[in-house]
Amino acid sequence: SSVVSQSDSCCFFSGCSRRPTSPSNTILKCDLHRLEEGPPLKAELTRDQGLQYYRTMQTVRRMELKADQLYKQKIIRGFCHLYDGQEACAAGIEASINPTDHLITAYRAHGYTYTRGVSIKEILAELTGRKGGVAKGKGGSMHMYAPHFYGGNGIVGAQVPLGAGIALACQYQGNNQLCVTLYGDGAANQGQLFESFNMAALWKLPCIFICENNKYGMGTSVERASASIDYYKRGDFIPGIRVDGMDVLCVREATKFAADHCRSGKGPIVMELQTYRYHGHSMSDPGVSYRTREEIQEVRTKSDPISMLKERMLSNNMASVEEFKEIDVDIRKQVEEAAQFATSDPEPPLEDLCNHIFYNNPPLEVRGTNPWSKLKSVS
Amino acid sequence: NEQKGQKTPATVTVRDALNQAMDEELERDERVFLLGEEVAQYDGAYKVSRGLWKKYGDKRIIDTPISEMGFAGIAVGAAMAGLRPICEFMTFNFSMQAIDQVINSAAKTCYMSAGLQAVPIVFRGPNGASAGVAAQHSQCFAAWYAHCPGLKVVSPWNSEDAKGLLKSSIRDDNPVVFLENELLYGVPFEMSEEAQSKDFTIPIGKAKVERAGSHITLVSHSRYVGHCLDAAAVLAKEGIECEVINLRTIRPMDVESIEASVMKTNHLVTVEGGWPQFGVGAEICARIMEGSAFNYLDSPVTRVTGVDIPMPYAKILEDHSLPQIKDIIFSVKKTLNV
Repeated sequence: SSVVSQSDSCCFFSGCSRRPTSPSNTILKCDLHRLEEGPPLKAELTRDQGLQYYRTMQTVRRMELKADQLYKQKIIRGFCHLYDGQEACAAGIEASINPTDHLITAYRAHGYTYTRGVSIKEILAELTGRKGGVAKGKGGSMHMYAPHFYGGNGIVGAQVPLGAGIALACQYQGNNQLCVTLYGDGAANQGQLFESFNMAALWKLPCIFICENNKYGMGTSVERASASIDYYKRGDFIPGIRVDGMDVLCVREATKFAADHCRSGKGPIVMELQTYRYHGHSMSDPGVSYRTREEIQEVRTKSDPISMLKERMLSNNMASVEEFKEIDVDIRKQVEEAAQFATSDPEPPLEDLCNHIFYNNPPLEVRGTNPWSKLKSVS
Repeated sequence: NEQKGQKTPATVTVRDALNQAMDEELERDERVFLLGEEVAQYDGAYKVSRGLWKKYGDKRIIDTPISEMGFAGIAVGAAMAGLRPICEFMTFNFSMQAIDQVINSAAKTCYMSAGLQAVPIVFRGPNGASAGVAAQHSQCFAAWYAHCPGLKVVSPWNSEDAKGLLKSSIRDDNPVVFLENELLYGVPFEMSEEAQSKDFTIPIGKAKVERAGSHITLVSHSRYVGHCLDAAAVLAKEGIECEVINLRTIRPMDVESIEASVMKTNHLVTVEGGWPQFGVGAEICARIMEGSAFNYLDSPVTRVTGVDIPMPYAKILEDHSLPQIKDIIFSVKKTLNV
């Protein structure tokens, strides 16, 4: 295993070289708001952990790129918000919480759907609208669910009060679980967030509010949307941490710190993960009208989360180039198989059209498009 | 049971009936809790939750800040994670702040998740006109909520309705919008022995014939059921026998009960407090036209509704903004062409 230590904090995306080029295993120090101490100065990374994080991130990366491909082939339709670039956030968070903890996010959700336990097959098949999709094709990209994972939410910001409510349920049930509630830099200006912050702080809910700041809310840069771009401070009376969201270890350590804070009964905490998306806002946005190709390329070369982890492990002799290649080949195969399934699985049967309106409910009749069309709905 | 804890019919106000329903359900299931503005230490803005905080404490009866969107969302999240919240809106006018959480987070989730994620929540509070509270505090939301698949929308009239339907709503595993009426809170009604039992529930989705009649059917919900019965009493003296149906549930609507009645009386008048356009009465008209009862109508369906204006303040104006008993009587006679 390898012990990594903190370096001095540095600016993000200001043209300065953020990370030392020498292989000296450092992670950026977190900026703190209303906290005397932050995440620990040292973090441990075992070979197994490293390979697991690599595998998770690479899987998400390849899955999202496959979705891009399928979308361009018009096999996926509607909204498709891709997560490539932000993998360290999902991987780092999952590495720091328990499967019995809870997580909710917004619409850029495929990565979290995977880390929370849904198979690539079921994710891609949901995107292609087939019956083998995790929501049987009823939900689509933004509405995938799993135990202790509450989607996938299409209305910007609405997931934040939901997350606080899930945290309330944890507190109420006394199960020592917490809820990770994610939102973006765009959602950070929604009023309902501040209502949630207030109640979470008042009632000391075990909620980790996490802002994935990828610098752009759709086509609007953070500077154009927010009077304050210090998203980790926006919780005001709630302590906050700003984290290098491109470094899976930073994310893991910060989230662990946040989880301890919540579980010790201190109440909520806000985290800002500084991250980046390579794709545009969605598949209908080329993503280059409001930012330069140079910027995107710079992040790819200097801050790609998967490359950074790989470099760190290689330079510390924790794994070989061949091993990583093998993992890549295996992931490609899995994603390809999942895509095969997603393109060949049948669409949901028409009989399913009106089902699942209600839970645990006797069958009911649903009006079709015309008065003679009487459809059946079962739970 | 007849020897043990004998119950005779009692007179109970709607407020007390709602209180009993919540009390019994809180006791029965520890996952049930109540949140909203002033529900705890103030005993409820309209005293509907009186005594509950004292009995159940901070954990189960939660005072919220004035943050409808936030606390409605919190309630929905809690429901998703295994609890059974009762989310009170001080009036349903304020639910507009939170309507996205009711519709997009609560109502649609079971469907979007193909049944993976249930949302067992009740949104309750006073709906519709009160007295002198003017335009922003007097809107009826029955039609808006009843428009949406994934919701059940309930509108009780008397104390039995209030208790039985609220208990059913709390026990239902799906989002229920429970529309009360502030003017009815203080009204006492007789409650049968059966209705006083802790297991008394009224099924959601079933209307009740409050008064049998053969000449014309009056269909209504909430406060106007009382108006219909009053109108029926007056009309009976003139030899016109009205059948009065209390919808009890707006969605799913018990159209079969209305149709069965229309097939008997051949005439239909709907009565509601809400605005006419795209309202409950409009829906009843459409459903009757599409169904088996249409051919039994001897005249078109008549809708009696609130006047199509924001609610004015001055008493004389307010009185003329809502259906009065004389309006119902007039409409019945017009429909019967007498």
